[in-house]
Amino acid sequence: MSADYTQFTTRVSIHVNGRTRAAEAEDRTLLVHFLREQLRLTGPHVGCDTSNCGACTVLLDGDAVKGCTVLAVQANGRSVTTVEGLGGPFDGRSAVQEGFRQCHGLQCGYCTPGMLMAATALLKENPMPTRHEVREALEGNICRCTGYQMIVDSVMWAAEHEGGAPA
Amino acid sequence: MSLVGARVLRKEDPNLLSGRGTFVDDLSPSGTVFAAFVASSHSHAKIVSIDVREALSMPGVLGVWTAADFVDFPDVPGGLPNFERPALATDTVRFVGEPVAVVVAEDRYLAADAVAAVVVEYDPLVSVVSVEASVAPGAPLLFPHHRSNTITSVPMLDDGEKELQKSAARAHLRIVNQRCAAVPIEPIAVLANWEPRGLTTWATFQAPHHLRNYLATWLDIPQNICRVIAPDVGGGFGAKIVWYPEFFIAPLLSKWTGRPVKFAQTRTEAMQQMSHGRGQIHDVDVGYESDGRINALRLVISQDLGAYPDPTGLGLAVLTSWMAAGCYRIDKVVTGFRNVVTNTTPIAAYRGAGRPEAAYTIERVIDLVARRTGIDPAEVRRRNFIKPGQFPYKTHNDAVVYDSGDFPSALTECLRLLNYDKVREEQGTTNSDPTKPLIGIGLSAWLEIAGFGPNGSLEGFGHLASWESTQVRIQPDGSAVLFVGSSPHGQGHETTFAQIASDELGIDFDRISVVHGDTETVLQGIGTMGSRGVPTAGSGVKVASQRVLAKAKVIAAHLLEAAEEDLEVAANAFRVKGSPGKTVSWADVGWASFQPLRLPPELLAGSLEERLFQESPNFSYPSGVYGCVVEVDRRTGKTTIRTMVLIDDCGTVINPLLAEGQVHGGVAQGIAQALFEEVVYEPDAGQLVTSNLLDYLVPSALDLPEYIAGRITTLCPNNPLGAKGIGESGAVGAPAAVVNAVIDALSQFGVEHLDMPLLPEKVWRASRPSSAVSPDTGGQK
Repeated sequence: MSADYTQFTTRVSIHVNGRTRAAEAEDRTLLVHFLREQLRLTGPHVGCDTSNCGACTVLLDGDAVKGCTVLAVQANGRSVTTVEGLGGPFDGRSAVQEGFRQCHGLQCGYCTPGMLMAATALLKENPMPTRHEVREALEGNICRCTGYQMIVDSVMWAAEHEGGAPA
Repeated sequence: MSLVGARVLRKEDPNLLSGRGTFVDDLSPSGTVFAAFVASSHSHAKIVSIDVREALSMPGVLGVWTAADFVDFPDVPGGLPNFERPALATDTVRFVGEPVAVVVAEDRYLAADAVAAVVVEYDPLVSVVSVEASVAPGAPLLFPHHRSNTITSVPMLDDGEKELQKSAARAHLRIVNQRCAAVPIEPIAVLANWEPRGLTTWATFQAPHHLRNYLATWLDIPQNICRVIAPDVGGGFGAKIVWYPEFFIAPLLSKWTGRPVKFAQTRTEAMQQMSHGRGQIHDVDVGYESDGRINALRLVISQDLGAYPDPTGLGLAVLTSWMAAGCYRIDKVVTGFRNVVTNTTPIAAYRGAGRPEAAYTIERVIDLVARRTGIDPAEVRRRNFIKPGQFPYKTHNDAVVYDSGDFPSALTECLRLLNYDKVREEQGTTNSDPTKPLIGIGLSAWLEIAGFGPNGSLEGFGHLASWESTQVRIQPDGSAVLFVGSSPHGQGHETTFAQIASDELGIDFDRISVVHGDTETVLQGIGTMGSRGVPTAGSGVKVASQRVLAKAKVIAAHLLEAAEEDLEVAANAFRVKGSPGKTVSWADVGWASFQPLRLPPELLAGSLEERLFQESPNFSYPSGVYGCVVEVDRRTGKTTIRTMVLIDDCGTVINPLLAEGQVHGGVAQGIAQALFEEVVYEPDAGQLVTSNLLDYLVPSALDLPEYIAGRITTLCPNNPLGAKGIGESGAVGAPAAVVNAVIDALSQFGVEHLDMPLLPEKVWRASRPSSAVSPDTGGQK
C-alpha cells in the first residue's frame, strides 16, 4: 500500500514579489508547483525533473535557486521573487528584461523566466561580468532556441544599462 | 524606410519577459484535473494483466483506463495502414515508455501516486534495438503480420558500379547519423475541455489545424465543435508535429470525467515518448579523379523508424536521398533506402529532418576525397561546386531542381572570416608540437530543401495540403489584423509578418497584429515546419496585403476625388503625389470601408479583407558555407571550438536579428549533435539510458562558442518575397563543419572518420599513436 502523503500538510506563508501569500500545501510540494498551482504565478516553468534546465529559477532571499529543488515548506517565512516580480525603468521592465528584448535573447520564451532570474542574481553579485562569467553563471539554465550568444549579449546589455536611464 | 530587412524588436517579447506567456501547462480552467500515464517498463513484451484496483481506491483518483476502454476508437493516425499505433498499448508493448494505462486524479501529485500503484504484468519478448539487429535473419518481428521489420524500401534501379569503377579511385564510408532528441524545453502538454457546446483542446503543437482535422475524425465529431489551440509553444523542432496518443486520449477523459483534463509530460516521459530524430546509417561510395573531381556517388540509407512508422519518419530517408549530392555537380548519383522498425521510441522530424543527414555525409565524403588526393578541402569543394550560372539546376531526382545559389562566393567569404590561410599555417607548426593542443579546421558547404512546399509535397506526410493560409483584415480605425495558418513556437511570426504587411500597406508596425494557432479564429492552415513560414505564409501576407491596398486606394481615391494611380501610401495615410495637402488617413479609409454611403459603387462594406491560400511552384534551397576551428586537448580528447563562422544564403531576409537567432539556435543543435548528444539504448533489453537531462547532454552556455555570422544573398525565384527559409539551416550545416575539424586535427594519426558524437574518450582513443582507424568501420579499430 502506498503511503498517503496527502495527510502531511503545512500552512506555508511566503513573501512573494512584495506581498505575503499563504496557502495550505502538502509537505512534499515543490516550491515551483506551489507558486504555479497554489499562487497561480505561472512565470516559473518546469522543463525537467533533474534540476538541469533551470526554467524554474526564482530568487529565494535574493539568491537564485531552482524552484524544483526547494520544497514550499522550506520557503516558509522567507522571501521569493519570481519573474512576475521583476520590473524597472525600461517601460516597466528591468535592465535584464529589457536587455533580452533589445538583443533577441529569447525565442520561444519557455526558459526565459529562469534565465532572467539567474541573470538578475548574477548582476547583483557581479555588476560588470565578462562574457565568460555570464556563461558560467548561466550554466545551470538550458536554452534550446538561441544557442546562447544573444543571451550573453542580453546580459551584457543589462550590465551596461543597470540603474541607467531608459535607452 | 522599409521594415523588411530591418532589425525590428519582437512583438512577442513583452509578454514572455514578464511571466505573462501562456503555455499549455499555465492554463487551468476551474475544475481541471490531471492525467498521468502508466508507461511500459519493457521494450518488447506481451501484456499479461493490468491491476488497477489499488490505484482506483487512492485519494483523489477519478478513474483508471486501459486499452479495453478504447476499443470503440481507431488506432492513432499513423504513417501506414496496418502499422498504426493504438491509443494505449493493447496486447503488446513495443518500446520503453509506451503508454499502457492512464489515471486521472485531482492533481499531478495524486496522479503520479496512482500511476505507481498500477500493477502491470508483462511476458517479455526478445527485443530488437538497432537496425542491424532488426534486419538480422530470424530477428523477432514487431509486426508479425508483415513478416519483416523492414517496413518500406526503395532499392536502387542502377547501383552506379560502372561509374564508380571507371573513376581513378574510389572510397567507401559507413556513417552513423546517431539518434538525437529534439528536447524543446517545454515537453508535450495537452489540456482538453469537453463542454456541452463542444471540445476545446490546447496542445503543444506546430500545426493546430492538422491536429484538429485528425482529432475530429478520430473522435467522430464534426470539426465545427472541435477547436484546437496552440497557445505559446515552448519550442518544437519537429517533435511537436507528431500525433501523440495523449492528444487523442485527453479529450475523451474530459468527456468521461466531465472535467477539464490536463496532461503535462515530465522530462523523463518526454525523453521516452516524444519522437526522436535522425537515426540513419549510411553506406556511401564515391568515385573520384586525382584532381579531386567527383564522378559518382552511391548512397544507401538504413533509417531506424523506432517502434511505429511516423508519417514524417517515413519521409526522412526520401529527403536524404534527394539531397545526397549537396551543392556539387556529380554526373552519377544513385540512392536507395530501407525503413526499419525497432523496439525504440518512434523517430520523426527533428530540425532539418533528413537534410542534415545528407549534408553531413556528402561533406564527410568531400573531406575524405581531399585527404586521399592531398588537395586542400576548400579547393576540392570549389572544383566540384555547381556554378552560379548553372541554376536552375536539375539534380539526380526529378522532384529536386535547385533554385539559386552562389556557393563559391559563400566559400570565399567563409574562408576570409575564418582567416583560413593563417590558421592552416598555425596548424602546420602547432600540430607537430606535442605540448600544444591539436588544431583542426573543418568546412561544410551545405544545401537543403525548404519552403515546403509545392502542391503534393506535404500531402505525402499526411497534411491536408501544402499551401499556407493568410488573411489580412483592416479594422474600422485603419489598424490591421493578420491571420496566419502557420503556427509559431519561437520563430517570431507576429513580428516578421507584421513587418511584411507594414511595408505593403503603409500601416505602422504597431498598428498591425498577428493571430495564429487557433482553429476557431484562423482559416484552415497547415503549420510551421520545413522552413516554410516566411516563404509560404510570409509570401501570402505580402500578396494579400497588396490586394487589400489596391482596394483601399479605390476608397481613398473616391474620398479624395483623385485618381488611384496618383496616390501613395505611407505612415498610416494616403496622399496625392505632388499635392501635400490632399491626404486621407488610413483610419478614414478604414472607417469608410464599412459605410456603404461613403464607398465607391464597385465596393461593398467590409471589402478591405483578403484571404489567400499561398501556393508555391517549387521548393526553396537555402545554402551556405560554415567553417570551424577546433582545438583538441591531447591529454583528454576534449574538443573546444575556437572559431565558428556561419555564412548563410536564405534569400530575402525579413528581420536580420531573428534570422541570425534562427541560425545560432540551429547551429547550437548541430554542434550538440557533433560533440555531445546521442540517445542511447541498452542494446539487449532496450532500456533508455539517456532518459533525462543528466544523461542526455544538451549543451549549456559554457559548452558552446561565440558565432561569427555572415551572409550572401541569392533570391529564391519561386515566391514573391524571394525568401528561402532559415529555420533549419544551422542544424543542417553545423555537424559536418565540427566533425571535419576534429578529423582534420586527428589527421596525423591516420584517422579518416569517427562517428558522432565526438566525446572526449572517443577522440582520445583515436589519437593514440597506434590507432589507425579505418573509415569502413565507423571509427572502430
